[in-house]
Amino acid sequence: MLIKKPGDIKPSEITDESVYMRRREFMQTTAGLALLPFVKTASAKTEAALKHVKNKKFSTDEKLTDHASITSYNNFYEFGTDKTSPAKYADRLTTSPWSITIDGEVAKPGKYNLEDILKPHSLEERIYRLRCVERWSMVVPWIGFSLADLIKRFEPTSKARYVQFTTLYRPSEMPGQKRSVLEWPYVEGLRIDEAMNPLTFLAVGLYGKVMPKQNGAPIRLVVPWKYGYKSIKSIVRISFVQNEPPTSWNLSAPNEYGFFSNVNPEVDHPRWSQRKERRIGEFLRRDTQMFNGYGEQVASMYRGMDLRKYY
Amino acid sequence: MSINFNYWQARIGKPLIFALCLLPFLLLSFRLLNNQLGANPIEVFTRSNGEWGLRFLLITLSITPLKNILKQSWPMQYRRMLGLFAFFYVFIHLSSYLVLDQFFDWQEIWADIIKRPYITIGMSAFVLLIPLAVTSNRYMMKRLGRNWLRLHKLVYLIAILAVVHFFLLVKADFYWPTVYAVLLGLLFTFRLRKYCSLPLGK
Ligand code: HEM
Repeated sequence: MLIKKPGDIKPSEITDESVYMRRREFMQTTAGLALLPFVKTASAKTEAALKHVKNKKFSTDEKLTDHASITSYNNFYEFGTDKTSPAKYADRLTTSPWSITIDGEVAKPGKYNLEDILKPHSLEERIYRLRCVERWSMVVPWIGFSLADLIKRFEPTSKARYVQFTTLYRPSEMPGQKRSVLEWPYVEGLRIDEAMNPLTFLAVGLYGKVMPKQNGAPIRLVVPWKYGYKSIKSIVRISFVQNEPPTSWNLSAPNEYGFFSNVNPEVDHPRWSQRKERRIGEFLRRDTQMFNGYGEQVASMYRGMDLRKYY
Repeated sequence: MSINFNYWQARIGKPLIFALCLLPFLLLSFRLLNNQLGANPIEVFTRSNGEWGLRFLLITLSITPLKNILKQSWPMQYRRMLGLFAFFYVFIHLSSYLVLDQFFDWQEIWADIIKRPYITIGMSAFVLLIPLAVTSNRYMMKRLGRNWLRLHKLVYLIAILAVVHFFLLVKADFYWPTVYAVLLGLLFTFRLRKYCSLPLGK
């Protein structure tokens, strides 16, 4: 089994010391703030530790966003549209048992238990920048594996030009789905070359531990050069398709959110500029980088494309 | 009896309402300074003050209907203070945007004002509020005479602009802007009924 119980490994063995200390520091400074229910829910719960290696090559050395912010400030409309709703309500979500349907243009379609999906993959930590379309950003130490490794196992056919992802639809546990703020279930998609890019990541944890529910447990996508909403959470279906699949934010406001949604400081959102962003925990805004700073690894996929048209 | 009531109002009523109106600002500032506004405190501070600005606009607009319903004149005593608090919260909201959010990045701010409809409209609402705030005293009321009333009718336009501002900045969840639009609509129907001299609730 990949997922160990909390007793199996001491957290200090897998989380590096400074992170651990910062977390303690946070707990101390916030101990008196009973005013803030969401901080309490975020820090009181302890997820099980995950065995992993650090992938330095794919990690930024920027300062990590603190655990409390990553787990208390979330856009996960399935639990409500406030940033604090996911941390309040995601506890209700049943993440085990969990299965993922793999279908479409693929040699080995089927409905697989999450354990069977995860079994052959060894986990690694990658520290990625995350840039939200709302002009804030974080630095998150994800635990997971490369999406390309998973895709290869199921052998997509030559007709598979796109990959579509679907989030769980379960209004009884996801109160946000009772209102049609977006069309449910949430869907996202990538072109096959984007999905196969070595940066594209399936995350099952963060900060060395099992994924908190408000962050998209048990398994979510992380596409660090695209706006955050492309990184779909709590995935139940991965379909290989011939044509560009619909995506939720594009359905909701096509002139504001395109299929590609690459981070691009030159192309404004119609209602706000994308030139700058606020890194959570910092005061002054910093400049947003093209492809969120991952141009070296991804720019070649978009060569010759008008990124104003394909936003 | 009526003397007593006036005395109570001046000594207790007004200071009490004043303190209550200031409370949201004090709480928000306290929590901002003590890092208790969550992961993105500037966003929460800016937005909350904007929301209080809108709430005070609506509260101010509900004073006249309240007077008519109660058939009592005392609510009018509080109208000026409530209106000035609306201005106060919008001013803090704008300052929070200029100082905390953009940190005096005038180029970005100017681009926002001319390019982003929700900022353009918010700014128009703020600019229109200034003459109302400046003329909210007895001296100006006397000096402007009937024009004072005309000028202060602008508050309806300002409230509409504020609700439109809210609608335009929301990403997908229109619940709260809709609630405020409905409340504003209700306040308008009260006025229209009065204009058409329809009896109210009789
Ligand atoms: C009568 C004047 C105004 C009122 C009543 C008002 C009210 C509001 C309200 C209710 C919100 C939404 C809060 C929420 O989402 O909870 C808001 C957001 C906002 N307002 Fe205003 N506003 C006014 C003027 C302005 C002005 C003059 C500016 C700047 C030039 C401005 C900038 C903003 C910004 C930037 C946001 C969004 C904050 C964010 O997305 O983080 N507003 N305002």
